[in-house]
Amino acid sequence: MIDPMSVFILLLGAATPILFAALGELVVERAGVLNLGVEGMMITGALAGFAAAYATGSPAVGFAAAALAGAAVSMSFAVLTQFLLSNQVATGLALTLFGLGLTAMFGKPYEGLKAPAMMPGPLRLNWMIWLGIALVPIVWWFLARTRAGLILRAVGENHDAAHGLGYPVRWVRILAIGFGGALAGMGGAYISIATVLQWTEGMTAGAGWIALAIVVFAQWNPWGVLAGAWLFGGVTVLQLRLQAAGVAVPVQLLSMAPYLATIFVLVLISARQKFGRSGGGAAPASLGRPFYALK
Amino acid sequence: MKRRTLLGSAAALVACSALPALAQEEKLKVGFIYVGPVGDGGWTYQHDLARQAVEREYGDRVETTYIESVPEGADAERALTQLALAGNKLIFATSFGFMDAVMNTAKKFPDVKFEHATGYKRADNVATYDARFYEGRAVLGTIAGRMTKSNKIGYIGAFPIPEVVQGINSAYLHAKKVNPDVEMKVVWAYTWFDPAKEADAAAALIAEGVDVFMQHTDSTAPLAKAQEAGAYGFGQASDMANFKPTPRISSIIDNWEPYYIRRVGEVLDGTWESHGVWLGIGDGEVVIGEITDAVPAEVKAEAEALRDKIASGEHHPFTGPLNKQDGSVWLAEGQTATDEELSSMNFYVEGITAPMPK
Repeated sequence: MIDPMSVFILLLGAATPILFAALGELVVERAGVLNLGVEGMMITGALAGFAAAYATGSPAVGFAAAALAGAAVSMSFAVLTQFLLSNQVATGLALTLFGLGLTAMFGKPYEGLKAPAMMPGPLRLNWMIWLGIALVPIVWWFLARTRAGLILRAVGENHDAAHGLGYPVRWVRILAIGFGGALAGMGGAYISIATVLQWTEGMTAGAGWIALAIVVFAQWNPWGVLAGAWLFGGVTVLQLRLQAAGVAVPVQLLSMAPYLATIFVLVLISARQKFGRSGGGAAPASLGRPFYALK
Repeated sequence: MKRRTLLGSAAALVACSALPALAQEEKLKVGFIYVGPVGDGGWTYQHDLARQAVEREYGDRVETTYIESVPEGADAERALTQLALAGNKLIFATSFGFMDAVMNTAKKFPDVKFEHATGYKRADNVATYDARFYEGRAVLGTIAGRMTKSNKIGYIGAFPIPEVVQGINSAYLHAKKVNPDVEMKVVWAYTWFDPAKEADAAAALIAEGVDVFMQHTDSTAPLAKAQEAGAYGFGQASDMANFKPTPRISSIIDNWEPYYIRRVGEVLDGTWESHGVWLGIGDGEVVIGEITDAVPAEVKAEAEALRDKIASGEHHPFTGPLNKQDGSVWLAEGQTATDEELSSMNFYVEGITAPMPK
């Protein structure tokens, strides 16, 4: 039979890129912004991270560069949606297309090159896996226990009230978008530097969309994001392992499972709202709504 | 001036100005749609090399364009229509899943000629072409059977379609021939190109104890995993020379150049006709890449001998006696599989324990 430990180790690797991206998006959405450009920021991070790691021979420099690149492209989204009040859904989709196109163009010289090897961390898992797991309690603590986190949540729940209290709604959101971009960039870089060890066009292959689904699945809770990333990553790995072990299992069914779970959670959330039960679980009230202050 | 003469002279004028254009031969526009990016280092990369060869061969007489990373769905028909409307008179569609999109588009553009790789549906203006990859797989299987220490060899398949199933069976049969203890593990990725998933598939095989594997997906990601784990792999569709001498110990290369050059030439001189061809090692369309020094000399010689026997037609990779996975008789002693049987192959041969996906 399949050794569960080896599945778990493979799972951690498969879950890490979506864990990073989803944690970043969680913070963005808690601030009331819906950024559908996760895939675009991930692929930008994948290229920038690979290029920097290749040039310097250091994966750590690669991840730093990926965070910077992800944050940088997210700023185009921030300017468009926060200052020019463009539609967040359309702008996010445009950011994804922009990232995919831009990296396809600038990535050509890096095709066929190999990334430098990563240093193994404790328990033969690399440091980025540990960092991803460590970020979960940090993000949770920030949102739930700090004043800055409280302001961020207030901005996401009711931006008019937050503005009335004198909080800089726009700047809180811009910082959150930048943070989300940085984490998405690092998630993308994990694919190019740690999973695949090279650059190929379009290599994130939809991971950004899975990250978006996980945020909903997690009901905007960091611990839920960890569970969701492990569920999605685990199912991917498990179905491959079951196949390798020669177990007859309908692959399509397993591949479908996380999405079914997400839809189930969505139904649960709306049912709860319908019956008037408030509290955790629902989306931030100002999510996706543009904010402008009349002077 | 009478209106009639005016019209007549105008017509003459138009005719005169059109004449030089007629005299100067018009460029043949040739379009390509690819399922992956040209930088995949595998399947699409190889088709694009052949496209470049066409440009080199005919120079100013042709003009080629390509659309890369076209998904095998509704988008394919849009891309094909776009190419046809742009004036391409010959269009190469280079993936199995483009088949229905090609047929639909070909109906709408009867004066455009289509070439579809690895499909089976044809029309007056749709030809199909394919390569006998299973011949190459026989050679790789021989090397894999000799090189494995764990007696477990692996196979990463894209989709359970005949083209891929042939390769699995062929590789297994020839590995088994040189190493009776060999076992075959199969993982289906359900994608032609998704580096992260392909890497995970390779990792899953390695975790199952596989130490040599083949792939029928397009990226070099599985080789990168093999390198990390100290396993052996093979170049797929392209040489994948970056991974030489290990983990890439040999490769199966698709060489589309001769075919593309020939077919473009036939359109240029007006002799193009629809057909379905299936070329192999003997025709130079399937090429075994350099077998590296990581492979012992006697294994290398054995593999090369098999390659040459296949090329000369002396050996058919599917020669009886062979049973199907369920134990029923498929080929009698000395009987070889027909092309029809091969092109609809949807079963494993006896000895492979993995279940065939439905």
